[in-house]
Amino acid sequence: MRVVAPHLGLLALLLSLHFVLPAYHHGNLARVMVLASFAMGYNILFGYTGLLSLGHALFFAAGMYGAGLAVQHLGWGAGPSLVAGIAAGAVVSATLALLALRTSGVAFMIVTLMFAQAGALTILHFSEITGGDEGFVLPQAGRMVAGLDLSDANTRYLAALVLFAVCLSLSLWLVRTPFGRVLVAIRENEERARMLGYDPFAHKFAAMVISGTMAAAAGATYGVLFGYVGSSFAEVQYSILPLLYVLLGGTGTVLGPFVGTLFMFYLIDLSSDITTAHMLIAGVALVGLTLFAPQGIMGEIRRRLWKGLP
Amino acid sequence: MLLQARGLAKRFEGLHAVQGVDLDLPEGEIRALIGPNGAGKTTLVGLIAGRIAPSAGRVIFDGRDVTHLPAHRRIARGMAYTFQITSVFARLSVAENVGLAARRHLKGAKARQAAEDALDRVGLAAQADTEAGDLAYGHQRLLELAMGIVQRPRLLILDEPTQGLSEGEIAGFETLIRDLARTTTILLIEHNMRIVMALAQRITVLDGGRVLAEGTPDEIHANAAVQAAYLGGSPDAAAG
Repeated sequence: MRVVAPHLGLLALLLSLHFVLPAYHHGNLARVMVLASFAMGYNILFGYTGLLSLGHALFFAAGMYGAGLAVQHLGWGAGPSLVAGIAAGAVVSATLALLALRTSGVAFMIVTLMFAQAGALTILHFSEITGGDEGFVLPQAGRMVAGLDLSDANTRYLAALVLFAVCLSLSLWLVRTPFGRVLVAIRENEERARMLGYDPFAHKFAAMVISGTMAAAAGATYGVLFGYVGSSFAEVQYSILPLLYVLLGGTGTVLGPFVGTLFMFYLIDLSSDITTAHMLIAGVALVGLTLFAPQGIMGEIRRRLWKGLP
Repeated sequence: MLLQARGLAKRFEGLHAVQGVDLDLPEGEIRALIGPNGAGKTTLVGLIAGRIAPSAGRVIFDGRDVTHLPAHRRIARGMAYTFQITSVFARLSVAENVGLAARRHLKGAKARQAAEDALDRVGLAAQADTEAGDLAYGHQRLLELAMGIVQRPRLLILDEPTQGLSEGEIAGFETLIRDLARTTTILLIEHNMRIVMALAQRITVLDGGRVLAEGTPDEIHANAAVQAAYLGGSPDAAAG
């Protein structure tokens, strides 16, 4: 219970903020929660299993396009479309896992990066279906689920909170199961884990599918909530962002991805108020954090204050 | 026979690390594997446990040919392997290290209990919450041992388990191995000849990747070829 409390506390805080935040921050936070869900998916593979992927934009886009194309071309509602997006993410991540897990280390990074680039190019190539680099705006009918209008700011915030709560609970549960602890063992010392009788490939495969499917769920939700599907979400920037979020927030901590996403989002938001060179400010802040809190914000809290934080 | 090796060989780019080794290990025996540095001892147990793929030969464990099984499947069939170069999960707690080993065949409270018992047996119960990387070297060796015994293996492979242990810890180790041998077959690579002579029922001597001799401690002690190749006259001279 002691371990679950801060996570429940965060969810309760996010719910109460729904009623008090001004519109601008309310909208931002909805976006942060979806992106943090993406980062939590990333964290399963990178933070807990120790596999650095540079191709998670592929999974995010698989979810977004899986849902978006179902709305656009099949006329599906938001509910079935979200399911289609998540299923697309599961299939794509399982396929890429089978190929990429033959490698490790730097080769794994390169293979995931190349497949994600191939995915982005595929989206551009089939522009008649995907809308190419312009993407497409989802019709209103595709943003309705069970009579709820997901384009409405209040519903959207709560829908984002539901996704976030599901991903957070799943992460927290997963990393405390025996399976999740074997992932950590593989991250720490794969050969030792193997010589304890655990199959590293099977565990890494499962971790990558869970990670990619969670990223896809975030991508599908992002498309449906904000009404736009575009190829920029498939590009390398969206593979780097979850890595940054996780590094900043704390690798291998359940709360880290949210903290990192929030920090990064507002860092760019606030610094772009001051100067057009906002990426410079963001860059300096990142360097500072890397120097003084190399384990990320939650990682630092775990190191200094609370060793048992999952 | 619990374990049989037939014609096991391993070449590393021209170097014949192990060549045509036959080994028969009956259930319940403590077998020591000795030989000078570079004799191929660690490679041989690596071939048996599946860490290394053989260039030739077969491994039969518990009546089944396991030559083509990956290491983790052999471990699941009842082998346990402790590393020569300490290989614990340095950033995880001592209890979690043993817990990981225990949870492969036990669940929940039973796994926790088994891990506690194993730590108790090697004398590390008080350090359960310490990060494994913070343990003294000798204690990390004992942790390796606890990770081995908590698996309740049919065959326990120990690669130089007493390296870095104090005299007192070595005495404890001897008692522990005698106790374990009632339920487990043990294959032990060991440099400390006093331990080998005291514990092993039979000794296999490797030299240059081949079996030079095999026999009881007394036979090995009296074997002229072994003396020439390895012992250099008295068993004590080879210690360490």
